[in-house]
Amino acid sequence: MRIIFEKRNTISKKAILLVPVFSFIVSLFLIGILLLIFKTNPFLTYASMYVGAFGTWMNFTETLVKAIPLMLTGIGVGLAFRLRFWNIGAEGQLVFGGVIATWVALFWSPFIPAWMVLPLAIIAGMIAGALWAGIPAVLKVSLNVDETLVSLMLNYVAIMIAQGLYYGPWRDPDGFGFPGTKLFPQIAWLPRFSGRAHYGLLFAVLIALIMWVILNRTKWGFELKMIGRNPRAASVMGVRIGSNIIIALLVSGAISGMAGVFEVTAISHRLQQGLSMGYGYTAIIVAWMAQLNPIASLFVAILMAGLLVGGDQVQMMMGLPAAMGLVLQGMILFPMLAGSLFTDFKLKVISNKEEAGV
Amino acid sequence: MIVLLTSILAITLRAGTSLIYATIGEIYTERSGVLNLGLEGMMLVGAVSSFATVYYTGSLSLAVFVAMLTGVLLSSIHAFLSITMRANQVVSGLSITLFGTGFASFLGQRLGPESNGRYLIGLIGEKFTPIAIPGLSKIPLLGALFNQDLLTYIVYLIIPIAWFYMFKTKNGLNLRAVGENPQTADAMGIDVLKTRYLYTIIGGTLVAIGGAHLSLAYAPGWSENITGGRGWIVIALVIFSMWNPSRAIWGALLFGGINAVQFRLQASGTNIPASFLNMLPYLATIIALVVMTWLENFGKKVGAPAALATPYMRGEK
Repeated sequence: MRIIFEKRNTISKKAILLVPVFSFIVSLFLIGILLLIFKTNPFLTYASMYVGAFGTWMNFTETLVKAIPLMLTGIGVGLAFRLRFWNIGAEGQLVFGGVIATWVALFWSPFIPAWMVLPLAIIAGMIAGALWAGIPAVLKVSLNVDETLVSLMLNYVAIMIAQGLYYGPWRDPDGFGFPGTKLFPQIAWLPRFSGRAHYGLLFAVLIALIMWVILNRTKWGFELKMIGRNPRAASVMGVRIGSNIIIALLVSGAISGMAGVFEVTAISHRLQQGLSMGYGYTAIIVAWMAQLNPIASLFVAILMAGLLVGGDQVQMMMGLPAAMGLVLQGMILFPMLAGSLFTDFKLKVISNKEEAGV
Repeated sequence: MIVLLTSILAITLRAGTSLIYATIGEIYTERSGVLNLGLEGMMLVGAVSSFATVYYTGSLSLAVFVAMLTGVLLSSIHAFLSITMRANQVVSGLSITLFGTGFASFLGQRLGPESNGRYLIGLIGEKFTPIAIPGLSKIPLLGALFNQDLLTYIVYLIIPIAWFYMFKTKNGLNLRAVGENPQTADAMGIDVLKTRYLYTIIGGTLVAIGGAHLSLAYAPGWSENITGGRGWIVIALVIFSMWNPSRAIWGALLFGGINAVQFRLQASGTNIPASFLNMLPYLATIIALVVMTWLENFGKKVGAPAALATPYMRGEK
């Protein structure tokens, strides 16, 4: 007798739903064991993580603050992944978007009408993100250069550009040597609605809805799906793959760039160290857990942000390392990755008799 | 001048050792067709576990051994997920990094002694110190090569061995076949899955030693984010060395050298060029990648293993 995997004809709806839930439970259990080894009550830890992230409105707004960039970059990455374009450059696209938005906010705002500053910063940041994602897309399409590696390298280039600027020419002269630009003028601040939670949330939700409609209700969305499923067949049907990849990546980068714009205009109000907090990498996980569905990405982003904020909370409340959140984030993924096989394949047990008969 | 250059070379090598270990490890993994983006996490766990071991036992060899063990464990997870379960290798690698970063930080705040609030940060333990080789270490400039710690000397040996094994032995040939064309390799009777498991785990072990070198020799002790992104730099170095262990040293020297030069610049108070200087290796990597891919279009085999990051299943194309 042996066990083989057989490819399913359609992906299993049941597995899509069951695998994440099961994975979450498994990871809570495994981390629980880890906590017990270190003589900590897992139930108490989880309870205070939950309270820290979702327990009060104030805490929830902090979760939203971290969720907004994850939502946007998650949607952006998800779009690229649909085309099997393994763009891991959302971090760089976010940072470069933030850099260009800073440029607008600091150096253009004296010369343009006040009402135009924010929209212009957002548009400029989106273009910046689009360009940053466009580089690996063009290289891939024209020369078949590996997109994973190029987009990863570009993250560092963007981070170094940002660093070079806020340590160098853009550094606040009155900042007592603090590495960061001076504060943006108020006209370039994106308003907040509660605590630090800002109206970027509206943009994120809106973009998720628009993306969903585009992907599921338009011809272009259909073409993207075809390319993702079977590029050769799509090509035979007359879908232009190269230009579609480039356009999709420009859109994907623009959305990630927007996340960077919000980070500087709504949260820090300046360009400074800590703009890149790894959101762009977590975004890949958000997109993947959401099965590349833009609306599901919103909720997964809130969950992932909740783990981070909850991690900070257990540090304050229980003296446990804040890294708990990261450990949990990583741990959830292991069973999920293992389980992802079951959405595309099913287990089949072949008895010896059957095998002999073949 | 010679004295200054010698000292820069010495610092460069010290900074580069962990990079060389990890680069050779990742080259082996990628040559078998598996992309492991979990390096940053694996190096961090290697660093924290080896420092904790040396702090409590005082044994450096045991510390390196424990780091290797963590490398085996974490890379086994990646191997299981990406080879057996055929999960997306990018996501699997990233989750190893995510988990490893968190786990290392967690251990760094839990494994310490009660007197230090269970923190490992700020403690001092045994460390690998440079051993000057009599005579050789006195040669101008090149003497820097012979005033290093034990782990660096070992890596001098690993480089030629890794190259010889990969290009001059049957096992090495099989390894490359599995990464280039698993279907053909399978038809030749090579066990593709077993080969991938083996080299993913060997690679992970070397990566973890790279992490251990940081906390045991380069920057003795434990501090959060002791790797400072080295795990990602290694991904660039693998490309830079065109998946050939013998070239791993050049990229490591480039990155290490830029570190050392930057160190000098910072000491002299100029901060502006440092970030831009740091950017060069990444730009150079992108250019190298483009040139290599371009050359491949003319049928020259220089670039990435063809089956990199592609799961293998019998009878599936």
